[in-house]
Amino acid sequence: MEKELIRLENVAKAFGNLRVLDEVDLSIYESEFITLLGPSGCGKTTMLRIIGGFEMPDMGRVIFDGKDITNLPPNKRPINTVFQKYSLFSHMNVEENIAFGPKIAGKSDDYIRDKIKYALKLVNLEGYEKHDVTKLSGGQQQRIAIARAVVNEPKVLLLDEPLSALDLKLRRNMRRELVRINKETGITFIFVTHDQEEALSMSDRVVVMNQGYIQQVGTPEDVYNEPENAFVADFIGDSNIIDGVMVRDRLVRIFGREYPCVDEGFPEECPVDVQIRPEDIILDAPQEGAFNGVVTNAVFWGMSYDINVEADGFEWLIQSTTRRTVGERVSLHVAPENIQIMSKPQSEDEEVARNV
Amino acid sequence: MFNHGTRNLLLTPFLIWAGLFIFIPLVCIVWYGITDYDENFSLINMGLIFERGYLDALKLSIWLALISTVICLLLSYPLCLILTERQRDNSTIISLLFILPLWMNSLLSTMAWQTILEGNGIINQILRLFGLPALQMINTEGAIVLGMVYNFLPYMVLPLYITLTKIDKRILEAARDLGANSWQTFVRVILPLSLPGAISGITMVFIPALTTFVISALLGGGKLLLIGNIIEQEFTFQYDWHVGCALSVILMIFIVLNMILTTYFDKSHEEEDF
Repeated sequence: MEKELIRLENVAKAFGNLRVLDEVDLSIYESEFITLLGPSGCGKTTMLRIIGGFEMPDMGRVIFDGKDITNLPPNKRPINTVFQKYSLFSHMNVEENIAFGPKIAGKSDDYIRDKIKYALKLVNLEGYEKHDVTKLSGGQQQRIAIARAVVNEPKVLLLDEPLSALDLKLRRNMRRELVRINKETGITFIFVTHDQEEALSMSDRVVVMNQGYIQQVGTPEDVYNEPENAFVADFIGDSNIIDGVMVRDRLVRIFGREYPCVDEGFPEECPVDVQIRPEDIILDAPQEGAFNGVVTNAVFWGMSYDINVEADGFEWLIQSTTRRTVGERVSLHVAPENIQIMSKPQSEDEEVARNV
Repeated sequence: MFNHGTRNLLLTPFLIWAGLFIFIPLVCIVWYGITDYDENFSLINMGLIFERGYLDALKLSIWLALISTVICLLLSYPLCLILTERQRDNSTIISLLFILPLWMNSLLSTMAWQTILEGNGIINQILRLFGLPALQMINTEGAIVLGMVYNFLPYMVLPLYITLTKIDKRILEAARDLGANSWQTFVRVILPLSLPGAISGITMVFIPALTTFVISALLGGGKLLLIGNIIEQEFTFQYDWHVGCALSVILMIFIVLNMILTTYFDKSHEEEDF
């Protein structure tokens, strides 16, 4: 892996009685696009604010480039933030907003002028220097907020759900833009979102969080294909999560039937969570001895149908391009490599594994 | 929100009120101010401002009102900043601090200051107790300024507090994020964004301070005459409505000038180029 830039060591934070971060460890590498993903209240924003210096951790340390910056105020950190609601200075025009940081840093007028040009070009808003920020559209304001942050040449850019206020189409565009800016500038991006689609489509690595714990860290493919626990499986994409028992290596028992799978290393007769993606279930005509069920619901989504099938008292979600009618009897089939075995969490909110 | 007819109907009571009690008296004052005793047009009464030391009274009034306004500003900003910085709801503190002093009759509280500051007042009695020489506090410019600040401070605090609460905390975080320390954040972000509140505070303190005659009469002891006292005397002792009105008109001109200046300052700041 590349050079480590930020390391969170044993970081914990509570607001009153509410523990938002529970002894979290995380390494962030130079130039990567890392996403903190989780439902609201999972601690992702608090983690971002601790990195930015806006919150002090109750415990633990924040290491930046080998130096302890835990007690450094935000203005002393080589880190800039793009805020959720942009937080542009309404009493300044575009140019003054972007010049704010370099001016404070005491840069020369020529340098600042060049930098403004560069930053506006980077966000595709050339020629907007004199525009009133309050009269720009949401997407344009967002771009100015990015330009205002990037112009300071930070080592790290923190992005706090920056796309949540934009409409769908703009959001898609900005996703591509952000990835491009990340690659072009080499600035490390730490991106916070609750949108799993954003996380999967933009990130080099995804940190899935829940209830103050890191649930899994990995590439988008890792967390989608190999979720380490039921929470990750459920939160990222749609999933069928069923109780199962590992009979032995490569054999799992679900609803009294034994299925071959590809996972190993679990103790024999160990209870596990079994995850099967809706797109991995193949429907066929009912067969003797197969896993049969009845279609209870079918919704057309454009690209595919979401089909619910009741079988053995469990409501399965299946995505299929073939239309099925309600009441139809079908059989369900899954390839062994599409059965994902996950160990059950020790307690409700404890993390299962770390993959740092 | 309202259609044209309803709007006119709803405005009528106020317009009648304003016409009867604001516009007509104003016309009367101007009329008396620019006429002589034979009801002929004349600026002779206006010209009196240059005589009998009236100009000095006007200068002193402006000077003391200015000092009081600046002191109110300097007192209000830190207070309001601290109050708005707290996350929790502090509307009770606000009403206690700002509204409660307004419950007290200003005449009464100014008289209270008189008894505190006077030669035989509480402060001098305490000083005497410790064998210290008595201080001349009453009938000084300082006493008048004190009375003005005491009476008009809430009018500065209130608009300032309201504009400061409207500033999004994230904007201040953005400033910190971009490298500004507390002082730079204040000068470059908080101050310009709170300027409208400060401007209305300045207007609401400066104008009553400029026109007061009660505070200067009670705490200036009739020795320090402000323009307000002179106008009052013209009406109540000299029964010279023409001079009183003429001086009032001059004072009004200064008030309008002050308002033009502050709004100009407000605008010029907005348009200031990078």
